[in-house]
Amino acid sequence: MKGRSRALLVTSALVVGVGLVVGLARTAHAHKPSDSLLVLSPGAVGSGRWDIAIRDLDDVLVLDADGDGGVTWGELRARQADVTAYALGRLHLRTPAGACALATSGPPAVTQHSDGAYVSLPLALGCAGAALDIDYRLLFDTDQQHRGLVRVDDGRGGAEPILLTARDHQRTVSWSAGVAPRSSVAAFVSEGVRHIWGGLDHVLFLLALLLPAVLRRDDGAWAPVPALRPALSDIVRTVTAFTVAHSLTLSLAALHVVAMPARLTESAIAASVVLAAVNNIWPVFGRHRWVVAFALGLLHGFGFASVLADIGLPRGRLVSSLLGFNLGVELGQLAIVAACLPVAYLARRTVAYRRLTVPGVSAALAIVAIIWLVERALDVSLITGRLS
Amino acid sequence: MTTDAHRREQRAAAGLVACALVVVAVGVATARPRAGEAQLARVIPDGEVVAQVPARGRDPAAAERARLRRALDTNPRDLATASRLARMLIAAARGGGDPRFLGRAEAALRPWWDEQSPPAEALLLRATIRQSRHEFEPALADLDRLVAAAPGDAQAWLTRAVVLGVRGRYSDGLASCARLDTLASPLVVAACRAPLLGVTGHARGAAAALAAELRFARGPGEAAWAEAALADLELWSGDAAVAEARLRRLLARAPEDGAARAALADLVLDDGRATEAAALVAARDGDDGLLLRHALARVAQGADPATDPTVQAMAARFEAARLRGDSVHQREEARFALAVARDPARALRLAEQSWRIQKEPADARVLLEAAVAARAPGAAAPVLAWLAETGCEWPRLRALAASLRGPR
Repeated sequence: MKGRSRALLVTSALVVGVGLVVGLARTAHAHKPSDSLLVLSPGAVGSGRWDIAIRDLDDVLVLDADGDGGVTWGELRARQADVTAYALGRLHLRTPAGACALATSGPPAVTQHSDGAYVSLPLALGCAGAALDIDYRLLFDTDQQHRGLVRVDDGRGGAEPILLTARDHQRTVSWSAGVAPRSSVAAFVSEGVRHIWGGLDHVLFLLALLLPAVLRRDDGAWAPVPALRPALSDIVRTVTAFTVAHSLTLSLAALHVVAMPARLTESAIAASVVLAAVNNIWPVFGRHRWVVAFALGLLHGFGFASVLADIGLPRGRLVSSLLGFNLGVELGQLAIVAACLPVAYLARRTVAYRRLTVPGVSAALAIVAIIWLVERALDVSLITGRLS
Repeated sequence: MTTDAHRREQRAAAGLVACALVVVAVGVATARPRAGEAQLARVIPDGEVVAQVPARGRDPAAAERARLRRALDTNPRDLATASRLARMLIAAARGGGDPRFLGRAEAALRPWWDEQSPPAEALLLRATIRQSRHEFEPALADLDRLVAAAPGDAQAWLTRAVVLGVRGRYSDGLASCARLDTLASPLVVAACRAPLLGVTGHARGAAAALAAELRFARGPGEAAWAEAALADLELWSGDAAVAEARLRRLLARAPEDGAARAALADLVLDDGRATEAAALVAARDGDDGLLLRHALARVAQGADPATDPTVQAMAARFEAARLRGDSVHQREEARFALAVARDPARALRLAEQSWRIQKEPADARVLLEAAVAARAPGAAAPVLAWLAETGCEWPRLRALAASLRGPR
């Protein structure tokens, strides 16, 4: 009996063995093992995108609830929180300032890669600093051949991704050199300032509103205000109205309560600059410029929101980030006012300011804004493509 | 300022606010989710399948793998469970051509993977995974250790013979097969010898010996393995039609045998029947080996490589493999570079790299073809020497060699 059981053992081993050997001898397929693709973009707060194969996530999280071999959109959506928690728990980022508060900046999407469907997670990294330590641990515990392909988007593009493996899963990369480490709310504040200064259309709109603030209408012509006080109160009213309006729509849009098509927003903002500028030449709204500021501020808020969406708003810190960004916008705005107002106030009595600067600059603003309006509404590029 | 003028201004201001609100309302009403954010919109119906995965509810093997994985999670050092899971995962990798399973098998064996002398079971599985990643020398070291410790392990001798054959060590491989004489059936011994004898100029005799044993096959898996080896021998002996008929019969019984299907598609492609080859592999693009044949067939049919989606899909997978640093597919990529991308210099480089690692007739062929296309006969020297030394009879190789040696 002993001899016979030995023979049986060999047989069963060989039957399995045949499977092993055939695979070796006859196939050398170009294979597609498991990869995830992680793109990290530096910035005041940093953003990113992480694409992970649904096949891989199903293997560890059992997304295919009914076991029929197809992960449906409904099954995936039902497990969205688990997917996010699983992924974020396996990626640790730090800068010299400390650990990054990694979060998703929106709901996951589904995207196609060469070997099938992936979940795509939009990330808010919540950190800044000169160097970024990456510790990548996704899936290695269940798949030793998994690879993390990390692309650091340094703005130059085309960089080869960093390859992270089970044995080599940590890397330090240079990261937005020169940006001092900040807390994330502070980072959003600076992002807000940067945006109002960098977004030419907002600056021009403010300028159009500010130009006549040191003047008043007198018999169909501009005349200097007698003192600083009325000019200041006009400015305060105008800027406050603009702020309240754009804060309102910015918040609603950033919280996904309402959404507006980018093309309409951009066109409407360009139109608002035209309107504000033309109003300086042929005043229609009189002392009600604060109403203009309010009405058009509603539109600008959507513009700010689209920027914020590009940066990525960390979930769980929505309110503080939003407040920070808004505060930054207001600070940037006040800085512009503080820079322009004294000059305008001192120049207000000169004929040149009233007869040349206000109508001339306003006309120039109107022309630029009309070109923007055409470009944005018709989706063509005229001459300002490089400006905006 | 007159009251009239004041009223006019008030009306203008009110009108503007109304305008702005209308714009906002229109915008909100027509808003779509930002590009790439299909999630917010119910653009995808909940019932739509977004990805195919192993069906745990229908496929008993998938369910068993999931069960073993859970068991292993609670006790990762349980060798019996780990090796059973690894074995199933290797079988799954082979069956469906999905190499993910190999990485998972390695993960199951993680506690023993870095050991110098792991238990025999783990050693055999480690060798199997290593050779499937074309890490032939580490695999051979494992197998040598295994047969030294357990000379009665037929599987170890068999796997070792195959790896030695791929490395071009044919007499060592035959010696390894000889150890099976007392451990396995004559069919297994004949199938073990088949590729080694086939490459070294004894294809006909090896085919006769294997054919005589075919009817003693124990189970469909063993039969399919032996028949595929026999088809290779027939091809190398110059009996392409016989090999083709054999592969067709094999596929009729086992349509999911990707390796047999790839071999058949190659035969049909070589015979200039591109449309038939495309039909053989179409709708099986999940398997990279078959996707390659599909791309070759499409180009042979006259498709434009720059726009053909099958060609583009294959190129994307090669690029994905390159990004992750894989090089197990150099032979395939050389064929792609030669016949699809029409870049003979690159094809030659890839074929030369591949030849350093594995020495099967298919590797010899792509190197010779690339050397011809790149007008670099000197690069063919190692293969011509190999051909003279082994005496491999495959007419296609002989013809290529003659054209390279002939007057130019």
